[in-house]
Amino acid sequence: MLQNFIDAYSPDNLRYLFGGLGITILVSVVSIIGSFIIGSILGVIRYVKIKYFSAIVGFIIDVIRNLPLILILFFTYFGLPNLGVKPEIIPAAILAMTIFESTMLAEIVRSGIQAVDSGQMEGARANGLTYWQGLWHIVLPQAMVKMIPAIVSQFISLVKDTSLATIILLPEMLYRSQIIYGQNTNYIIPMFVAIALMYFVVCYCLSVLARYLEKRQA
Amino acid sequence: MIHIFQNYWGTLLYGLGQTLLCSILALVFSLILGTFFALLEESPSKVARGIARVYIEIFRNIPLLVITMFFYVVFPLYVIKMNGFTAGTIGLTLYTSAFIAETVRAGIQSVDSGQMEGARANGLSFWQAMRHIILPQAFRYVIPPLGNQFVNLVKNSSTLAFVGGFDLMYQGNVIASSSLETIAAYSAVGVLYLVITMPISYYMRYLEKRLA
Repeated sequence: MLQNFIDAYSPDNLRYLFGGLGITILVSVVSIIGSFIIGSILGVIRYVKIKYFSAIVGFIIDVIRNLPLILILFFTYFGLPNLGVKPEIIPAAILAMTIFESTMLAEIVRSGIQAVDSGQMEGARANGLTYWQGLWHIVLPQAMVKMIPAIVSQFISLVKDTSLATIILLPEMLYRSQIIYGQNTNYIIPMFVAIALMYFVVCYCLSVLARYLEKRQA
Repeated sequence: MIHIFQNYWGTLLYGLGQTLLCSILALVFSLILGTFFALLEESPSKVARGIARVYIEIFRNIPLLVITMFFYVVFPLYVIKMNGFTAGTIGLTLYTSAFIAETVRAGIQSVDSGQMEGARANGLSFWQAMRHIILPQAFRYVIPPLGNQFVNLVKNSSTLAFVGGFDLMYQGNVIASSSLETIAAYSAVGVLYLVITMPISYYMRYLEKRLA
C-alpha cells in the first residue's frame, strides 16, 4: 500500500497534478474577478428597480441561478459551436463559471444593499448627493463590508465547482488524476487522497479567511 | 425545443424521475445526518464537537464531484459494488449534510438561550431540552435556508451524469448526441430543471420576507 503511494507520487505525476492545480487556480481567479464585477453590476441593477429593465435582468438572473452549472458548461462548450462560435476549453469553462457565479453574486450584492439602513440613503440625499452618488459613496461601501463573508464563501464553491469542468475535459486536477490512475489502478487511492488534499487546502484557507472577516466585522 | 419534448418525452421523464428521486433521498438522509452533526457541534462534549467540526470541514471543502467519484471508483474496488445512482446519492448526501449541519446549527443558535436554561431548570436533560424545546423552535428559522439547500441539491444532482446515474442531465447528453441538436436538447433539460427549482426558490424568498 505504502509502495503504491510512493510510486503514485513520482515527480512526473506530481508535476502533472500541480499543473492541474495551476489550471484550477487560473480558471478560478479569472472567473472570480469577472463574476465579482458583473455580479456587482447586476446586483445594483436589480436593486435600483429601473422600470422593466430591472425586472427582466432579475428574471434572467433567477433563471441562470436555478440551473445546474454543468448545464451551463454544456451550453458554452457544446452549444455555442452550433451558433458558429467555437470556444477553446479554458475560455469556455471561464465563460460558464463567470456567467453562473455572477448571478449568484448578484443575489448576494442585492441583499447586501438591502440590508443597509434606509436612513443612510435618506441622509445622503438630504445632504445634497444624487441618488447614484449616495449609492456609490455611502450605501455600497457599507454593503460591501457586510457582504464580504458571503462573497468569500461563494468563491469557495466556485473553486470547488471548477472540478465540474472535467466534463468538458478541462485539464484540471480531477481530470489529470483520472488520467494518472487510468494507467495504473494501484494509483487510485493515492490520487484521490492527493486531489482531496489539494482542494481541501485551497478551500480551507479561503474559509478561514471568510470566518476571520466575519469575526472582524461583527 | 418542442419537438425534443415530443420525440424524447419518455427519456426526459425518466431522467426527471431519477433526478427527483435522488434529490429527495439525499435531502432526507442529509437532513438526518446534518441535524445529528449540528447537535454534536452544540453538545457539551469537547470530543463530540471536534468530530463534528472535522466532518463538516472535510465535506464542505472537498468538491462534490470528488466525493461522488470516490464512491463510484474506489468503493467498488475495495468495499462493495454500487451503481452510479447509489454512488451519486451517497456523495450528494454527505456533501449536503455538511451544509445542512451549518444551517441547523445557526438555527439552534438563533433560539434564545433562556429557552435552554428554562428547560434545564425544569429538570430536562440537555438532550431532552434539545429534542423537545430547542429543535422545534430552531426548525422554523431553518426552513427557508433548507429550501434553498434543496434547490442546490436538485442542481447538484446533475453530477450523477458523470457516473452514469441516468438523471436528467445524463439523458440530456444522450438526447443531444443522438439528435445532434445540442442547444434544443440542453434547453429542454434546462426547462425541466427550472420547473423544479424556480417555484421552490421563489417560495423560499417569499417565506424569508414573511419571517423577516
